[in-house]
Amino acid sequence: MATLIKDRRIVADNWRLFKRGPAGELPEVPESGDVIVPLALWLGRREDFLAYPRKIGVWLDANEGPEAIAGEVERFAVIAVNFPKFGDGRGYSIARLLRERHGFKGELRAIGDVLHDHLYFMEQCGFDAFALREDQDPQAALSVFGTFSAGYQTSVLRPSPLFRRRLASGKP
Amino acid sequence: MYLYDEIDQKLVDERVAQFRDQTRRFLAGKLSEDEFRALRLRNGLYIQRYAPMLRIAIPYGLLSTRQLRKLAHIARTYDRGYGHFSTRQNLQLNWPKLEEVPDILAELATVQMHAIQTSGNSFRNTTTDHFAGVAQDEIVDSFAWCEVIRQWSTFHPEFSYLPRKFKIAVNGARSDRAAVAVHDIGLHAVKDAKSEVGFKVLVGGGLGRTPMIGFVIREFLPWPHLLTYLEAILRVYNRYGRRDNIHKARVKILVKERGPEKFREEVEAEWAHLKDGPSTLVAEEIARIERRFTRPSYAKLPAMDPGLEAALSSDRAFSTWHARNIFPHKRPGYAAVTLSLKKTGIPPGDVTADQMDRIADLADRYSFGELRVSHEQNLIFADVRQSDLHTLWREIKALGFATPNLGLLTNIICCPGGDFCSLANAKSIPVAEAIQQRFDDLDYLHDIGELDLNISGCMNACGHHHVGHIGILGVDKNGEEWYQVQIGGNQGEIRPGVTASLGKVIGPSFARAEMPDVIERLVDCYLERRDSDAERFIDVVGRIGVEPFKEFVYGNADQRSAHRRGQLATL
Repeated sequence: MATLIKDRRIVADNWRLFKRGPAGELPEVPESGDVIVPLALWLGRREDFLAYPRKIGVWLDANEGPEAIAGEVERFAVIAVNFPKFGDGRGYSIARLLRERHGFKGELRAIGDVLHDHLYFMEQCGFDAFALREDQDPQAALSVFGTFSAGYQTSVLRPSPLFRRRLASGKP
Repeated sequence: MYLYDEIDQKLVDERVAQFRDQTRRFLAGKLSEDEFRALRLRNGLYIQRYAPMLRIAIPYGLLSTRQLRKLAHIARTYDRGYGHFSTRQNLQLNWPKLEEVPDILAELATVQMHAIQTSGNSFRNTTTDHFAGVAQDEIVDSFAWCEVIRQWSTFHPEFSYLPRKFKIAVNGARSDRAAVAVHDIGLHAVKDAKSEVGFKVLVGGGLGRTPMIGFVIREFLPWPHLLTYLEAILRVYNRYGRRDNIHKARVKILVKERGPEKFREEVEAEWAHLKDGPSTLVAEEIARIERRFTRPSYAKLPAMDPGLEAALSSDRAFSTWHARNIFPHKRPGYAAVTLSLKKTGIPPGDVTADQMDRIADLADRYSFGELRVSHEQNLIFADVRQSDLHTLWREIKALGFATPNLGLLTNIICCPGGDFCSLANAKSIPVAEAIQQRFDDLDYLHDIGELDLNISGCMNACGHHHVGHIGILGVDKNGEEWYQVQIGGNQGEIRPGVTASLGKVIGPSFARAEMPDVIERLVDCYLERRDSDAERFIDVVGRIGVEPFKEFVYGNADQRSAHRRGQLATL
């Protein structure tokens, strides 16, 4: 079973991720297990999932927006966001919007080209689960969450910007 | 100087540790070439034609002498004893060793410096008017606002992997000396009817392959909303900017493809969610940042120093320099001095380690221990007593920094070009030198008057050729170096009425050896057609257009086709 970093710990991953086929075709609605399905499958086959016996997750590609599931995020135990390439930063905005604008409280999982050096910013943007690319060392990656002790901006983990915290501390 | 507090310092130290670990993993074979590339670039480390190149950030161009001495030490210890000041007000070292870069960064951190985000697809160094805080036409001191933006744009968790690099410029004076119209975002400080400070916001300007003048997305943005509004622009760009083609990935392309109005609507819709949120700035924070800047303790002086007056009338060389390289100061009895890094025979912007130390000594003695780097690649002593000018002039003359060419043709903006850069199509430094040699007669140079000449070795436009009154672009034709010439560009509204504009190409390109002749012919045409000395080159191009210049350079239509045939024959 694949491993996952969840809440800064290495855990077994019990979820089955359904990808698109090689030509982009959607998979069938699964019949069993805790599953993460493509956004389009969810949007197109919502009714078929109503009686689904196990937990459902959905995954968004980098070019898909959280707006598509606005108002129904609480239906998902997991929302995953795909990083097609490590340098593609769209997922960071998608994560913040899911947390800050759409109120998603469940597991927010980074999937795809998820690398050691990117976890710090990903976590700041609201991801709490990371399906690392296969060649990455999950044990070594646990150390990166402490890379920086502060951040100037607002983020999901630090909703107040540094300047407000500085002013509150009363230091010059 | 903005002085770091302990949090600022800790972040820079943590960045050094992070990069040391990344370099170690790369050298141990645990990081691929491609992955390390993306990581090292956000620390300004390129692998260049002959060696790595490290770009050190000089936030908004402001340096203390302690920092400059450290740069000299680094250039001497880890490099070949010199550095290159760039058009982004940064310093580049051309010969560091990859494995020593973490040590260089650790040295920089001891003087509150770094190489954070000097490259890569993230926010770059925010630039501003090199006369910020001292100009008579000041609306606000732009340094404080630049520092607000520096902090916000450093390690931004959401915007660290943008589609492409992102450059912000801030201008705080009435004249635009920061070229705000050719930046991804340009901010021009303004005051409304109630004297409240705000910013005119321009988006989508830039040079490079697709040069564009930014469009005004907002005429007046009250200052408390600065960061939330920037976040809204960046979020739209981060989500929808093109990532399929590196040449179409800048925000200007998104603005162009969406159309400015549509882009504005999207930004406003996003901003509606962010406006008045926690990132809304408060007066206490601006005051806190302003207090952390060191300020000169000015003396009360007469508006005009009698000794200076006497020296100006008795020493012609001094008065020539004074007329060109001095900028009037808002405090009586002071002046801002430009040290020209454009002496003929020296690559524009290059300074040796020994010169850096000498400059630091002079800045300590004459300008409160601080200096600035201008985007025209010169150095500025911003706070010099008028009574010291004559002595200072003699000192910097001995160092070779007193060429009285500010604003003139030989004050060439020039990228490192094919001598160093692996992106370049052609060399740029030898072209600059050949032109400087042709125009080395000072009387002639001064007679020509204000003329910006900019040279880039490729279409990435690091030498800002699109906004030179004369711009030269190195191009590659079947493996040979050729030079395309454009005229009529202008970096910004430095003088009222002459707005930022992009140059127009005058015709087929030239061999390197032809360039001094070509420039001379353009100048001859200007001298023949100008109404008076007051009418500058750029004004004449505006009035009569490109065609007369074209004829002067290429001859009439028959001569032009002969020129083309001759050019074909040489290929």
